Amino acid sequence: MPNRTQPPPIVDAVAYQLTLRPLERATLDNGIPVYMMNAGAEDVLQLEWLYPAGNSFESQNLVAATANFLLRNGTRTKNALQINEAVDYFGAYLNRSCYNEQASLVLHCMTKHIDSLLPIVREVVTESVLPEDELQLYCQNMKQRLEVNLRKADFVAGRLIDTYLFGVDHPYGKFSSAEAFDALDRSTLLRFYETHYQQAQPMLFVAGKIPAGLLDQLNRFFGDLPATPLNCPIHAIVPASTKKYRIDNDKQGMQGAIRMARLFPNRHHPDFIPAQLLNAVLGGFFGSRLMSNIREDKGYTYGIHSYLMNLQQQSAWMISTEAGKEVTEATITEVYREMERLRNEPVGEEELLLVRNYMMGGLLGDLDGPFQLMGRWKNLILHGVDEGYFYKTIDTIKHFSAANLQELAQRYLRPEDFYELVVI
Amino acid sequence: MIQFDRFTLSNGLRVLVHPDSATPMAVVNVLYNVGARDEDPSHTGFAHLFEHLMFGGSVNIPEYDEPLQMAGGENNAYTTNDLTNYYIQLPADNLETAFWLESDRMLSLAFSEKSLATQRKVVCEEFKENYLNKPYGDSWHKMRELAYQVHPYRWMTIGKELSHIEKATVQQVRSFFYKHYTPCNAILVVAGAVDTERVKQLAEKWFGDIPSGTLYERNLPVEPVQTAARQLTVKAPVPLDMFCKTWHMVGRKDRAYHAVDLLTDILGSGASSRLYHALVKEQPLFSSIDCYHFGSNDPGLLTIEGKLVKGVSMEKAEAALQVQLQKVIEEKVTDNELQKVKNKTESMIAFEDMSVMSRASSLAYYEWLVDATEMNQELGKYEAVSSASIREQARSIFREENSNTLYYLASK
Repeated sequence: MPNRTQPPPIVDAVAYQLTLRPLERATLDNGIPVYMMNAGAEDVLQLEWLYPAGNSFESQNLVAATANFLLRNGTRTKNALQINEAVDYFGAYLNRSCYNEQASLVLHCMTKHIDSLLPIVREVVTESVLPEDELQLYCQNMKQRLEVNLRKADFVAGRLIDTYLFGVDHPYGKFSSAEAFDALDRSTLLRFYETHYQQAQPMLFVAGKIPAGLLDQLNRFFGDLPATPLNCPIHAIVPASTKKYRIDNDKQGMQGAIRMARLFPNRHHPDFIPAQLLNAVLGGFFGSRLMSNIREDKGYTYGIHSYLMNLQQQSAWMISTEAGKEVTEATITEVYREMERLRNEPVGEEELLLVRNYMMGGLLGDLDGPFQLMGRWKNLILHGVDEGYFYKTIDTIKHFSAANLQELAQRYLRPEDFYELVVI
Repeated sequence: MIQFDRFTLSNGLRVLVHPDSATPMAVVNVLYNVGARDEDPSHTGFAHLFEHLMFGGSVNIPEYDEPLQMAGGENNAYTTNDLTNYYIQLPADNLETAFWLESDRMLSLAFSEKSLATQRKVVCEEFKENYLNKPYGDSWHKMRELAYQVHPYRWMTIGKELSHIEKATVQQVRSFFYKHYTPCNAILVVAGAVDTERVKQLAEKWFGDIPSGTLYERNLPVEPVQTAARQLTVKAPVPLDMFCKTWHMVGRKDRAYHAVDLLTDILGSGASSRLYHALVKEQPLFSSIDCYHFGSNDPGLLTIEGKLVKGVSMEKAEAALQVQLQKVIEEKVTDNELQKVKNKTESMIAFEDMSVMSRASSLAYYEWLVDATEMNQELGKYEAVSSASIREQARSIFREENSNTLYYLASK
């Protein structure tokens, strides 16, 4: 009979020497950079074409997102159905996403089908016509979806807090509206497509079981394109002057969506990495203080989280939850109380070791698999940092002291710096 | 081909081991043979409430999460109408910590009043967040009650109503635990950087002395064959009209299951699927449309659900949908279309199998369903589906008397 009151001995995850598996780099004939992670046991591939086509580049709201969406909806020789059938037939997924700085096209497929799929991707990035009827249908359906989303407190809160932080004209703060969809016209979209896809230089990220000769194939299909590099314009951040907001969105609402946030420097600032450790203590995982207090002790919410936003120009520190309508103010009070504790008392050694071990164990698991590895590398590349950043992160998780964390909390976890929003 | 070893402890706990040396991590997955369908109709939501209580401390370990996090691990769980599944991922060096934690909560929970009181509140907030405070959030509550008259799929895993959770007592919780959370009603899967001999030792050491419990014999009411179409109209403050229709289909273990699964893919999965193309793109009647099923163990529901474009009447939308269903009933799907959904299934399986966590939970699932070796047969079963069998399923499913229709109308 084992002694159940005695935990088995553990190896502290802080003892692990983690290394980031290196990335292979290549360049196509026209200068397109290709990053490759050849790993994994399954015969699958993920290819991402990342274009300088995010909403930072647009001069009219929704142009970047709409051009990105319509990529797959018609070329000179194929209509949307023909493109979709060509992709679906091979059991592949061709997804597109528009972000702030970049916009992407991601292909997931079985390695054996890659040769059949590359011509389709080429066609989409060189010969799309963004058909008028597809644009109209898209706008109609997006406006209807928006109408549904606007009834959701969490959706409304997510939009508003970003505008308070960054300003409604900044790419990080602007949002969609029925009027903005109505104002879209095909010729503007076509001009955007031409500059930001047809003519522009993408980055290419390839992960999975990479077959021999893939680089040659990529050169064949993408190495002859114009590939003009584009720099991302920088927009001014204009934070709101008012800090506290209470919004009544739904008279029958049973819960309030709470967002509390402050601006925070980006990854190049020395406080960014230690702030991630402090954030873990505050609200970054299930055992965090916010979760223990507000969910596990008080039962005010199904979940509460804090995180540093993954943004390139400027980050923000965000606390996010949905709490019962009658306890929203009590929840906010408790969040401030937890910030106060972090400012006033050093984190105990036992708790800090737990957070360090948890984060290291998480990293170990995150580095498992080709797509995860590539995700980590891509993040480094997009933020303009090198693998030194990764090793700095590990060093900080292992060694950053409780006294320094307290000092960090005193600098950043000050209620007067936080925007506060409740949407019911 | 997923390799695994399998053995059973004397108390009836089934153990599967799936070694994979490519990862530094270990996964410990425990599946309990209890889901929302096993609940008393007057105490629904219990299986899911339990998922929360299982983290509230066990008989010898006051805190479940802390020691696991200290060991660099994380965990979660989910509850369906059929089963409950718990999983841990942690550095393989600390595998024994997972055995210690999982075995103690299988031995017995702490049954603390405080934990129950808090988790009742947490689950009520979850109920509100996902089902009450969202537009259309209650549509599946209504659909299940319409489509099932006696089978416990009548209610959702979150429960029929908030009051069932609010009134849960420690006594009820205790008896539910001893009925379902026992070695003979559980399957343990250990995967990742582990070896079978070591897992055997650890399993004996930590789980070996837990009393077997009584094998749960499921005796659920069988849903009578539906003989007349049912229809329900509700009005709610939502911006758009929603259409939802379900038809009874075979259960997960039925030989026809794979044909039905491919039928739903042909109709409504992806941008080249029939319903999306015909009813969203060609004649814009729906702003979105999906066809899906839950893969439930007992006979389930094939569902077609969509939001109507403003100004389109339910009758018009439904008539256009009927034309599409008639087509799949009358004409065989082409070889090309059939190959497409088979290719899609093949790649879906390959992507799922990339993660050791997902392989572990699949092994547990197939062992629970019939036998873990079935996991390796699955693709072959899809490959074997013919267009004739798809048409046959379409004919037997898409009969009006087999259907339940919900009009979810915008009140204004």
